[in-house]
Amino acid sequence: MSTSLLTYSSITKKIIMACAGLFLVLFLLVHLGINLCILRNDNGDWFKAASHFMGTNYIIKIFEIVLFGGWIIHIFTGVVLTLKNWASRPVGYYKSNKSNTSFFSKYMIWTGLIVFTFMAIHFMNFYFVKLGIVPIPQGSGAESKEDFYRMVIALFQTPLYSIIYIVLIISLGFHLYHAFQSAFQTLGINHNKYNSTIKMVGLIYSLIVCIGFSIIPFYFLCFYKG
Amino acid sequence: MDLTLKIWRQKNAKTKGEFVTYQISGISPDCSFLEMLDQMNEKLIRENDEPVDFRKCPVSFDHDCREGICGMCGLFINGRPHGPDEAITTCQLHMRKFKDGDTIVIEPWRSRAFPIIKDLLVDRSAFDKIIQAGGYVNVNTGGVPDANSILIKKNNAELAMDAAACIGCGACVAACANASAMLFVSAKVSQLALLPQGKVESKERVQKMVRTMDKLGFGNCSNTYACEFECPKSVNRSNIARMNLEFIIAKTCTEKETVRIAGV
Repeated sequence: MSTSLLTYSSITKKIIMACAGLFLVLFLLVHLGINLCILRNDNGDWFKAASHFMGTNYIIKIFEIVLFGGWIIHIFTGVVLTLKNWASRPVGYYKSNKSNTSFFSKYMIWTGLIVFTFMAIHFMNFYFVKLGIVPIPQGSGAESKEDFYRMVIALFQTPLYSIIYIVLIISLGFHLYHAFQSAFQTLGINHNKYNSTIKMVGLIYSLIVCIGFSIIPFYFLCFYKG
Repeated sequence: MDLTLKIWRQKNAKTKGEFVTYQISGISPDCSFLEMLDQMNEKLIRENDEPVDFRKCPVSFDHDCREGICGMCGLFINGRPHGPDEAITTCQLHMRKFKDGDTIVIEPWRSRAFPIIKDLLVDRSAFDKIIQAGGYVNVNTGGVPDANSILIKKNNAELAMDAAACIGCGACVAACANASAMLFVSAKVSQLALLPQGKVESKERVQKMVRTMDKLGFGNCSNTYACEFECPKSVNRSNIARMNLEFIIAKTCTEKETVRIAGV
């Protein structure tokens, strides 16, 4: 697959990246929805039910594979395209480019890299624990390797972890803000009737993801009492 | 006006270049940027009768019509293609855009696809190769058709004309963080695809032109839109989206070409 991906034209690679990205955009909303259940004052019943459903449902299991595929394809095409971009200007300018550009678009590979690091930490903390690759964290009070509720609370009560989490989520927001409207442009959807709407929806979506995910560590850090 | 010019000097395509600083005085704010460079070159000629050092030879730079339509004058001035103004070429840039005592940094277009020939001259024949790949329409010879015999939607005629305003100067490539030629290629694809005469071959055209663009070493579009901002003819980014859509349709919705023999 990877070799045929390399031979595709620049536009095809970008379209693949955009489609994979839009799939990840949808997934993030599902993830956020489940995460927000943790804020309900029910001793984690909703959250546990949701994670149990996500962990056992067969359709979700299939989507898990699709999700990993989409994630890998998005990263792979992103890296390949960026390397080609860097190679396209071997000698840079003395005076850096002063052109008015969409600010976050220039740093997509870097915000992407931050998100990737975040994913690695996230996997170590949760997914690999579930798979049994990483032992259940000591002192979290987790009863089993699927007891994410206690693991989350234990982690978010660590100030350093929560602050890093919020910073990483903000860079994800920057990544998404450019990504959303960029995906539409790549897929050929640019119309003076809808452009401002697409941009606005992108902004609202990025804010929902940013605030939605950040509010959880913020709550556990500042207001949670046992 | 008294100015300090920091200009990229490179003897030829193979040598390593460097910045050389020149002082120039008595420049009128009303003269154009290229006239200022002419004056500086004349000064260099006057001062150095038979220069041994190439840095004392006149600076080579691209220019031709000097009225903003040929697209030759490509200079990267103070971090912007065509200098600190919008929707102009370098020849249309006036010295009143600078202040007395300013230091102006002048660089050539930087891109793998645009190799430097000398000083500020770059080889932009990569654009010609893209046009040769498909940026044309095939026309049958014969009698002259009646005027207006082909109906063209007014809006499409306007959009095609806006795209056709592209002069192929390469500012889009120079401005792009990825040295991508998407705005140029999309303008050429759009101007033809929007009109009935060009529509016939549009599916093959877009694929051939994109393939050539990729081969020549241009970068990929990351939708930063610096190209649109720096384009002297304000070619719109919607052309890029149009090309992307044309490309998707060409790749997915058209049948594979098969040889058909009449009567078989």
